Amino acid sequence: MKWSEFFVTGEPLIYAADVSIVLTMIGIVFVLTYFKKWKWLWNEWLTTVDHKKIGVMYIISAVLMLFRGGVDALLMRAQLTAPNMKFLDSQHYNEIFTTHGTIMILFMAMPFIIGLMNIVVPLQIGARDVAYPYLNAISFWLFFVGAMLFNIAFVIGGSPDAGWTAYFPLAGNEFSPGVGNNYYAVALQISGIGTLMTGINFLVTILKMRAPGMTLMRMPMFTWTILITCVLIIFAFPVLTVALALMTFDRLFDTQFFTMANGGMSMLWANLFWIWGHPEVYIVILPSFGIFSEVVSTFARKRLFGYKAMVYSIVGIAFLSFIVWVHHFFTMGAGAAVNSFFSITTMAIAVPTGVKIFNWLFTLRKGRIRFTTAMLWSLAFIPNFVIGGVTGVMLAMAAADYQYHNSYFLIAHFHYVLIAGTVFACFAGLHYWYPKMFGHILNERLGKWTFWLFMIGFNICFFPMYFLGLMGMTRRMYTYSAGLGWTPLNVVASVGAALMGIGFIVLCYNIYYSARYGERDMTGDPWDGRTLEWATSSPVAHYNFAVIPEVKDLDAYWEMKKSGKGFEIDEEKLKPIHMPSNSGRPFLISIAFFFAGFGLVFKWFTLAIIAAVFIILGLILRSFDDDDGYYISVDEIKRTERLTGKGA
Amino acid sequence: MADTAHHYDETMPLEYRTEESRLNILGFWIFLGAEVALFATLFATYLVLFQRTGHGPTTADLFEIKDVMIETLLLLTSSFTCGLAVFEMRRRRLTGLLVWLLVTLLLGAGFITFEVREFIHYVHEGATIQTSAFLSSFFVLVGTHGAHVSLGIGWMTLIIIQLLQRGFTPRTARKVFIVSLYWHFLDVVWIFIFTLVYLTGMVM
Amino acid sequence: MGANHHHETFPWKHIVGFILSLVLTFAALWIAFSSGLATKAILVGIVVLAVLQAVLQLFMFMHVTESDSGKIQTINMAYSFFIAIVVVAGSIWTMAFVL
Ligand code: HEM
Ligand SMILES: [Cu+2]
Repeated sequence: MKWSEFFVTGEPLIYAADVSIVLTMIGIVFVLTYFKKWKWLWNEWLTTVDHKKIGVMYIISAVLMLFRGGVDALLMRAQLTAPNMKFLDSQHYNEIFTTHGTIMILFMAMPFIIGLMNIVVPLQIGARDVAYPYLNAISFWLFFVGAMLFNIAFVIGGSPDAGWTAYFPLAGNEFSPGVGNNYYAVALQISGIGTLMTGINFLVTILKMRAPGMTLMRMPMFTWTILITCVLIIFAFPVLTVALALMTFDRLFDTQFFTMANGGMSMLWANLFWIWGHPEVYIVILPSFGIFSEVVSTFARKRLFGYKAMVYSIVGIAFLSFIVWVHHFFTMGAGAAVNSFFSITTMAIAVPTGVKIFNWLFTLRKGRIRFTTAMLWSLAFIPNFVIGGVTGVMLAMAAADYQYHNSYFLIAHFHYVLIAGTVFACFAGLHYWYPKMFGHILNERLGKWTFWLFMIGFNICFFPMYFLGLMGMTRRMYTYSAGLGWTPLNVVASVGAALMGIGFIVLCYNIYYSARYGERDMTGDPWDGRTLEWATSSPVAHYNFAVIPEVKDLDAYWEMKKSGKGFEIDEEKLKPIHMPSNSGRPFLISIAFFFAGFGLVFKWFTLAIIAAVFIILGLILRSFDDDDGYYISVDEIKRTERLTGKGA
Repeated sequence: MADTAHHYDETMPLEYRTEESRLNILGFWIFLGAEVALFATLFATYLVLFQRTGHGPTTADLFEIKDVMIETLLLLTSSFTCGLAVFEMRRRRLTGLLVWLLVTLLLGAGFITFEVREFIHYVHEGATIQTSAFLSSFFVLVGTHGAHVSLGIGWMTLIIIQLLQRGFTPRTARKVFIVSLYWHFLDVVWIFIFTLVYLTGMVM
Repeated sequence: MGANHHHETFPWKHIVGFILSLVLTFAALWIAFSSGLATKAILVGIVVLAVLQAVLQLFMFMHVTESDSGKIQTINMAYSFFIAIVVVAGSIWTMAFVL
């Protein structure tokens, strides 16, 4: 392979990206060296097994990926603003919508949610850590190197360009000969394994490590949604693992799974992809429902209305979301029986989804509502998500879908559910739990600016797309001619996209501003919260709880506060706390995964094998590892507790 | 934590004694659930594709019942001896445990040998992973199972070494128990390969 | 619970399990090659036997109901079987239209 093929050349945008990547790297190295932070970075972050720090790293990565995916989005909108634009050519446009979709779902939405769940779930159930802290670190680093591998594609070797759904035969060697789609197959594989481990980890954590007294029906709603999300992850991700492996075999070893000759069946890819793909959309939406439930009940100062109905509807979704996948390819031609069956199941899944809307509305009813930023996101979610859901039901009618399929109507549908659902939830959760992560509150004024800019921008951007779809504009077209009458609505959409971009910038500024001037949270309970995470100090002590709380009811902390005392720590009862030791191995193993993946992408099998040997070595070392962790002494606990003002 | 050690008096099997062990065993069960989904996807792929043979050979051309039965009996027996190993462990007999683990390992190695021979034989007949959709899905499904067995052999070897070094501890006991779950599970998968791939391929 | 294993000195359960699995395997073999049934009936028969044998392994060798997580383990396995059926039968059904 020639160097000129190895590095992507010939595009001014790419050269600019090259320069900025190199500058950023130099900048990071310089800052770390200048402030002598290397050791800190290694000890506090790279080797940590603390769920709270891992959560923070997930969220930082997710925000970075939101930036990358957002830039992709703005480039696409720039190209589509006017007819016959020459800003991006068709190939470049294909690459950008592919990386946009893949990054936003797998490297932005998922890690953002997983970050929040890392931080919050152990706290909400009164645990000191997750079931497998070491595995948790592996999960994070696998996700991270997967994301990095995917992200270097556009400067080294070339981006994937067959869409985030990577349909065959387009994604096969015949039509996508470069390494781009190898990146897709391998990078998603690596981070997907990490996600699967997270699913198992949190499922066991929630089932086995709840504080005494916290029965399943006393679990906070966010924890419930995570429990079911884990079930979805555990049973959906293996399907993706296999699908990607088959894709890798087809692309690297010329097997015949999805090819056009020798019996291959390209449509089987679509089938496997969506068996994973539909549960996946619920993996990112269920936790969002959980976040909104927490926020709404806190800021309406009421217990969540219809808790049980909510639980049952979530459990119902765990079943239904596995039997609807064909609605993504009604038009492929599977015939009336198949289409009718999946049409009906799809409409059925809208029922448990709809039930929850009423739960939130009735929770709000007669509540004493406080309009904080987190609450604004949650309130805006309800009507916006309903628009997305209702149009989803329109798509669910197989016969009608022949009209809507792959038009901008579909684009509008899934952005209404994914942005108004998942992204709004991530922002709500970020503002809500920020004090727990960093000890200070995100500035509310700036937060509201972000909210209004982003929310209004979102509607301006995506609402017109429903109509563009009905007017015949199809997804993934890189330009259109002037006579079609699509121009005005496209201009409007681009204005909205710009507003969202500005909203994001305000959010970033807010993070910086609040770090410097933000109000410190001295109480650990800035919102008058209801669940156990608010019984800890902000930021949370390393061991979470000096003594494990006893739970007597739903909204455990609220009940403690109502009974007068709050969560009191009796110093007499303190015992040494067992904690797991840090380890550099998860990080190093994941680096090996990166090189193994890189080797596969370029078919440099020697590199891949050497890296694989290192991975196996890491596993063997782990097997012989006898580290039993360490104990935090009672004295140290007392000191920490007095410092944070929670103890004594 | 939800359940503390006092649920488990000294009469409990060693592998369940510590909280960590109990979490790990449960976690491994959940992982097996994920493995079921993984193999189900491979089976689905195979069953959708196995009659799409292109210009290559068909199932009836290739499969021979004798080889398959040998592989099946080797693996079935190894699952049984693996169960005996755990039985011995629960009676606290280290030698018994080691002997049965070793037998399991050898049976597993025998299985792999026969499988590799079978694959080589197919390749000689011009039936490679690239020949047709049927053969791609056959090799990947059966090969993934074979890779799991090979991994299990390596893993069991590590555990035997640790047993020799450390004897019975809650940790080694837990590892033996978990690897036994893994091994039995691979037998379950093989039963379905035997039925859905070989028998089905020969009767259809 | 596994406690009673302490008192057993002979692995009855395992031996019975092993013999049963051999019987089931050879029964499948017989159905497939010597029963003379129609192909469809053969397929149904051998799949039923395979499922039986899987259940046997789960209960006799793997002790799926054992320990205080037995319930979770059992539900987990049952659910994974549900998923397996959905994925396998669903894929065959939806892909049947492709020539
Ligand atoms: C009210 C429940 C929902 C129904 C009835 C529904 C229905 C549908 C249908 C029928 C399609 C396929 C349309 C086509 O391709 O022609 C679709 C696509 C999609 N939906 Fe939904 N949906 C619902 C909720 C959600 C949620 C909650 C999310 C994610 C958070 C979501 C994300 C998506 C995505 C990403 C796609 C398109 C993927 C692609 O082709 O690239 N949907 N939906
Ligand atoms: Cu869907």
